[in-house]
Amino acid sequence: MTLKKFFATGILAVLATASFLTSSHALTTAEATALAVGETDSRVAALSLAVQTADAKTAAFIQALADDSIKVSQDPIPKVFLIKDGKPTDPITGAEVAAPASLDDVVNNNRMRGEIDNALAALKLFSKNEKDRRAAIKSLQGEADESKLGLIEKAYAAETNAEIKAEIGMVRAVVLLSNSDATKRLEASQLLASSNSPTTKTAILERLKTESDEAVKAALKSALAAVEAGLVWGERLAAIFSGISLGSILLLVALGLAITYGLMGVINMAHGELMMIGAYATYVVQGVFQKYLPGAFDWYLLAAVPVSFLAAALVGAALERSVIRFLYGRPLETLLATWGISLMLMQLVRTIFGAQNVGVENPSWMSGGITLMGNLQLPWNRIIIIAFAAAVLLGMAFLIGKTRLGLFVRGVTQNRPIAACMGVNTARIDTYAFALGSGIAGLAGCALSQIGNVGPDLGQSYIVDAFMVVVLGGVGQLAGTVYAALGLGILGKFLEGFAGAVLAKIAVLVFIIVFIQKRPQGIFAMKGRSAE
Amino acid sequence: MKRRFTLKALTAALALSSLTAVPAFAADTIKVGVLHSLSGTMAISETVLKDTVLMAIDEINAKGGLLGKKLEPVVVDPASNWPLFAEKTKQLLTQDKVAVMFGCWTSVSRKSVLPVVEELNGLLFYPVQYEGEELSKNVFYTGAAPNQQAIPAVDYLMSKDGGAAKRWVLLGTDYVYPRTTNKILRAYLKSKGVKDSDIDEKYTPFGHSDYQTIVADIKKFSAGGKTAVVSTINGDSNVPFYKELGNAGLKAKDVPVVAFSVGEEELRGVDTKPLVGHLAAWNYFQSIKNPTNDAFIKKWSAYAKAKGIAGHKDKPLTNDPMEATYIGVNMWAQAVTKAKSTDVDKVIAAMAGQTFKAPSGITSMMDPKNHHLHKSVFIGEIKADGQFNVVWKTPGPVKAKPWSPYIAGNDVKPDEPVKK
Repeated sequence: MTLKKFFATGILAVLATASFLTSSHALTTAEATALAVGETDSRVAALSLAVQTADAKTAAFIQALADDSIKVSQDPIPKVFLIKDGKPTDPITGAEVAAPASLDDVVNNNRMRGEIDNALAALKLFSKNEKDRRAAIKSLQGEADESKLGLIEKAYAAETNAEIKAEIGMVRAVVLLSNSDATKRLEASQLLASSNSPTTKTAILERLKTESDEAVKAALKSALAAVEAGLVWGERLAAIFSGISLGSILLLVALGLAITYGLMGVINMAHGELMMIGAYATYVVQGVFQKYLPGAFDWYLLAAVPVSFLAAALVGAALERSVIRFLYGRPLETLLATWGISLMLMQLVRTIFGAQNVGVENPSWMSGGITLMGNLQLPWNRIIIIAFAAAVLLGMAFLIGKTRLGLFVRGVTQNRPIAACMGVNTARIDTYAFALGSGIAGLAGCALSQIGNVGPDLGQSYIVDAFMVVVLGGVGQLAGTVYAALGLGILGKFLEGFAGAVLAKIAVLVFIIVFIQKRPQGIFAMKGRSAE
Repeated sequence: MKRRFTLKALTAALALSSLTAVPAFAADTIKVGVLHSLSGTMAISETVLKDTVLMAIDEINAKGGLLGKKLEPVVVDPASNWPLFAEKTKQLLTQDKVAVMFGCWTSVSRKSVLPVVEELNGLLFYPVQYEGEELSKNVFYTGAAPNQQAIPAVDYLMSKDGGAAKRWVLLGTDYVYPRTTNKILRAYLKSKGVKDSDIDEKYTPFGHSDYQTIVADIKKFSAGGKTAVVSTINGDSNVPFYKELGNAGLKAKDVPVVAFSVGEEELRGVDTKPLVGHLAAWNYFQSIKNPTNDAFIKKWSAYAKAKGIAGHKDKPLTNDPMEATYIGVNMWAQAVTKAKSTDVDKVIAAMAGQTFKAPSGITSMMDPKNHHLHKSVFIGEIKADGQFNVVWKTPGPVKAKPWSPYIAGNDVKPDEPVKK
């Protein structure tokens, strides 16, 4: 959920609940001006004052500040306007007023925005909606300071849901860490030991620097150890997840090659460019949706999947028919010819779309992430790509293992003359198989467009990885490709964790070279007659 | 007699006209080299600079050119390939015999061009912020030196308004600019009392696209205290980095990222909504309001539309290196007019102290000695529409210090090119 949306849903709740605060008083023009104009310091002071006694109008005004819909005119004295549906209104009366032609935006820097968010969250602690209260607590974690203590205490006392009450208690404890009363600090630090949020760790560390009371210090230290122990698991899981995610990308990139190179033996240097074609197909579909179906824009990716498969498969089939079929059994010439084709394809795309990268947007359901633990947030685009890679893998395994086409492909690759004797049209099967491999490269391109850059040389950065995975896994072995992709992904991320991205890349290459020296046939060796 | 007079007058007129008119023929032009990557990882940033040079040249030609001659651009594409930059420079200087070159973005490309320019006594205008530690007689640096960008940015992040950062992640692409800038910043932070354990320096290869581990590390590091990230990531790697940052839920108010190579143009391909509040330090932003900038943006919009420049024809954007390029071309033209020659040594002499009314709102001056521009520094926060809110600026232009005092041994280096 975006920040704006988050607050938009909450605003009504704020309006409804602000009136429950006891000592509320109406917003005045002077207060509104103080909130919007001046140095950040004075605005923050005005804000903490306003929050203490906020009524519905003040809450609405603070919300408007967060939404950037407050404007000011400087001449002759600062005057504040609330822009509603494009028209300036008076923030106090709500009536439409005349305003100078050029109004200045209110500039909220990070500090001011943080304070505004906290103020809104503090007000929302009194919302009737449980979801709003939880959201408010989440955004207050580690952010609340002494000035919010009054509100937090009040919310804590008024809270009826035990679970939420405990959460407010945590927020309260963080604030109490800097209380002047040592017993309160002690109590707070004991409570915080059960927290699993990284912001708690920050707060405890901050306090440890200035704490003078020995008992509190000891409690803080044991709380810190407990919190850190909880965080370690989140970090480990995040590292494993990023490894699997990288592995899923490598798998997608290598799967197509596992057919064209692994099964058919074509050293296809243009494999990367087939991916690029898939990515550009996604870009084109995005453009079509933007132009003709803006309402359904979020779902353009679903249409892009088959389109990118077909686009790459068609190019692949054309390649096979026009060039590669004449070069079967001549690996060196295939290598050179496909390399030349890759350059031509890149230049073609440069001519059509320009040399610069093109922007492919994530649909909104692929942005953001899901929070599993205090410090473990998994991004949706990665999760979806892992699922997509698994789906493509299953689809391909089914196609190769269970269908008539797959049977023919296996037959032709194992023993071409006998397959031909049985009446299989081997030339046609070659074309189908190559088109299938190319189409899967196109699918990989579609997935890559969601996490990286789409440019003419997109394929170049993945072609080496693709060959590495297929060779490491064992040529001609689908299962090997899967293990190699996941293994390289996790190994790469693990090394990056403590050696940095540059060294990790080198180390993985060295590892593969050593491995291939020891075991040239890869993880899984071909068995039987077809091994020759 | 009368007839003879007319004949004489005719020949005189012819002779005169041939004197003045001939230079206007296309055959005799002043060649200007444009050396920017139009493909590869840096194309995202550099392509638009090529167009800016062409726009400025068009403008000068529309006013009648220089010394009675038209300017003729010679555009080459070094394709983000550093050795190719040197080759193309050699080609521009020896075959095309250009009077001046405008080009390079990454420091590694400038370093590769430098020996060629010095050997052949060429002239290069370099329009991008860089790490300093260099002062060549043959180069004019119209971008910022570290004290005109990096150090003010760090100062801002340490201030209360900037979030009072205590811990620092210095993240960059692995080459000379980020490494040197981070060396300077580390020394500077230490001078401000920041401990080594509170600084985390990280590098990624060019074109890196998987920032999961790095973002996770930043998250982990930031639990130890208020953290700010100083990003010197260059080129199109910024897109996956910012995407990952947004998806991982790292908000600017918790961990602000200040970037030195991300401007309006780099943000074009990014969904900026999750990035609101992250910062950039530059000497110019498109959102700066003043008449010179309004005119500059208008000029660029019209030019982009007329030439159908991809992206810009629908959504024209200007940025800091474009401004620096524009200032560079115009200052060079002024210097040529002053020197009445395109001879490199004469132009270099005439460049000292040149001034130009810059779109950033100041009158930009070329330092009389050190080949760098005096510049104002601005810190901007990213807005939801991909533009920047200026949240801090220096009171006036700052003189460049190419030899940063935070690197040992620099205090004895002279503030002008050493004669060889």
